[in-house]
Order: sequence, then structure tokens, then C-alpha cells
Amino acid sequence: MTTPRGFLSPLVAGLGLGATLYLTFLLAGHGLGAHGFFRDLTAALAAWASPFWATENAYLSTFLDEKGPLSTWVAWEIAGVAIGALAASLATRRFYFKIERGAGTAPATRLVFALCGGTLTGLGAALARGCTSGLGLSGGAVLSAGAFVFLLGFFLAGLLAALFSKRLWR
Amino acid sequence: MLGLGALFGFFLEAGGLGSPRKLTAQLSLRDWTVFKVMFVAIMVAAVTLYLSDLTGLLAARQLKAPTPFYWAMAAGGALLGIGMAVGGYCPGTSVVGLFTGRLDALFFIVGMVGGVFLFANYCGELQGLFFAGKGAERETLASLTGWPAWLILLALAGIAWTGFRLGSRIETRDGGVIDALNLQQNRE
Repeated sequence: MTTPRGFLSPLVAGLGLGATLYLTFLLAGHGLGAHGFFRDLTAALAAWASPFWATENAYLSTFLDEKGPLSTWVAWEIAGVAIGALAASLATRRFYFKIERGAGTAPATRLVFALCGGTLTGLGAALARGCTSGLGLSGGAVLSAGAFVFLLGFFLAGLLAALFSKRLWR
Repeated sequence: MLGLGALFGFFLEAGGLGSPRKLTAQLSLRDWTVFKVMFVAIMVAAVTLYLSDLTGLLAARQLKAPTPFYWAMAAGGALLGIGMAVGGYCPGTSVVGLFTGRLDALFFIVGMVGGVFLFANYCGELQGLFFAGKGAERETLASLTGWPAWLILLALAGIAWTGFRLGSRIETRDGGVIDALNLQQNRE
């Protein structure tokens, strides 16, 4: 396997991200997001599986759009994220198929925990009405009080949980 | 939005935030990349937005600002923190993960859909928490504390600087950050 190029320094990456975030506010009047796309996707999948249940659900029904989950701004943004990540990793020889995990963790174990972690994340983001990007970064950029409470909860709980989940990553 | 997303994805990947090992290493305080990238991004955006508002380029009032629901946001944040510790990603980084070849990201994403579905299924029971502790619309740290925005920015910069110093010290002590090469070779 060819040698991958090193990552940008956190300062440079943060600068780029911050500039992108600013630009987004400037051009769109709002920040970046991510959870919204998966929420809309869930609503669409639910509607496909059971239109009655979806339209009757107090929460998901509000996110049902006849134009579909790909018509929102966040869908286009997520498509962009995919393209940007693909481009960056291909250009630096950092793209390769893998199940990233600690050296002592079996692939299947990793996948099960990925599923579990994702479930907690989906639940949490729905509850918080946003995620690290939409609420944390974008909310943080406008100094939102809710954003910082979210980030505090995120880091505190994450730090604590990491004490127990460390073994997955060794 | 596609272009802005592409920049977002680019910088996330280029910073190493598509790697669950790097992301979780932040939570075990071994690799402070996440903290540094996030804080710099927030500071850069917050300062430029503040200056834009000051100079009349961009009215802060017209920017989308969330209404706080303190309990739900704290609880939601906590769930995301645990989700990252266990699952290795957050919503945005999972997309970066997937499009850099990480199959585990796909499972995380499927899990997320499941999580949203769970919320929807129990939204009645979760209603109380969902709407609890509602704050003033568009409440900021400035409006909440009564401090002027520039002072808040200064305080945040101070926290960022402290974190940078502390984090870098810990990283050096523990053998440096997880870089692209040791990700590929799967060793620390």
C-alpha cells in the first residue's frame, strides 16, 4: 500500500472549516448541518415502509416532503461532504477500504458497536434538534447558549463513556 | 450548498476527523485534534460573524440561531458523546468515514436511522424532555450572561488557548497524535 499523505495541522483544518462555516452563513443565512439529512431520510424510509404510520407520527410527519429527502439544502450539503471527503482522501492516498477499529477488536464486534453508537447518536440528535455540526459548530458560531450546553454534554458524557469503550480502540 | 458541503467534507477529512480512531482518541484525551479543529472553527466563524455584524456586512439577526431547550440539548449531547465513544462517529463525520472507505461508517449510519426511528416511535413519551427547559429564542452566551459579545469571544479564545496548550502537552507526553500513516498501519 502506498504511503498516505499526512493530515493538515488542526489549526489549518480548523481555519478552513471556520472559513467554510462563515461562508455558509454569509451565503445561506444558516450554518452547516448533518443530522437533518438523516432525519429526513428516516422520515422518507418510514413513509415508504408504512405511509399511514409515517403521516400519523407527530415527529416524522413534519419532515415529510413530497419532493423527497433529496430536495433540502442539507441533502445537497451532505452530497458535497461526500464529494469533498472522497476527493481529499483520493488525492492524498488516504482512501482505502477498511473496518477501522482497534488492533485487538474483531471486525464483527466493531460493526455491532458502530450500529449501537449510531442508534444512540440518531436518538440524541433528534432530541437535541441537531448534532455536532448543526448545533455544535453552527450554533457555536453564533454563540448560541443551547449549542454550548450541547457541547458540554457531548464532551462530558463522551469522556466518561470512553473510560469503558477504550478497549474497542486499542 | 454542494460546494460548501464539499469544502466541509474536504477539511474534515484533511484534518483527520473521518477516522474513528482519531475521534475516539480525543475522548480518551490522547489526541486533541477534535477539540482543536472544532474550537478554531467556532472561533474563526464567530469572530468573522461578529465583525461582519459590527461593520454592517451581515446582520446577526438574520442568521439562523437555535432556541435553547436546555434539557434536551444536554441529554442529546450526552447521547452523541456516548455514541461517538462507542460508535466512533457523529453524523457529519460518518459521511466522511463512509466516503473514505470505512465500512464501519455504513453501519453507524444505519444505526442513526434506527435511532431517529426510535425517537419518532417514542416521541410521545419523550415529549416532556424534548420541550423541557426552553430558553429565550436566539439566546446567546452574551444575552444569557449579560456580557458583551466581544468579552464572550475573548473568554472562548482563552479556553481554546488553554485547551491547545494542555492538549499538546498531553499529546507529546503520550507519543504524538494518531497520524495517517499509523492509521494505515493500524498501530499506535
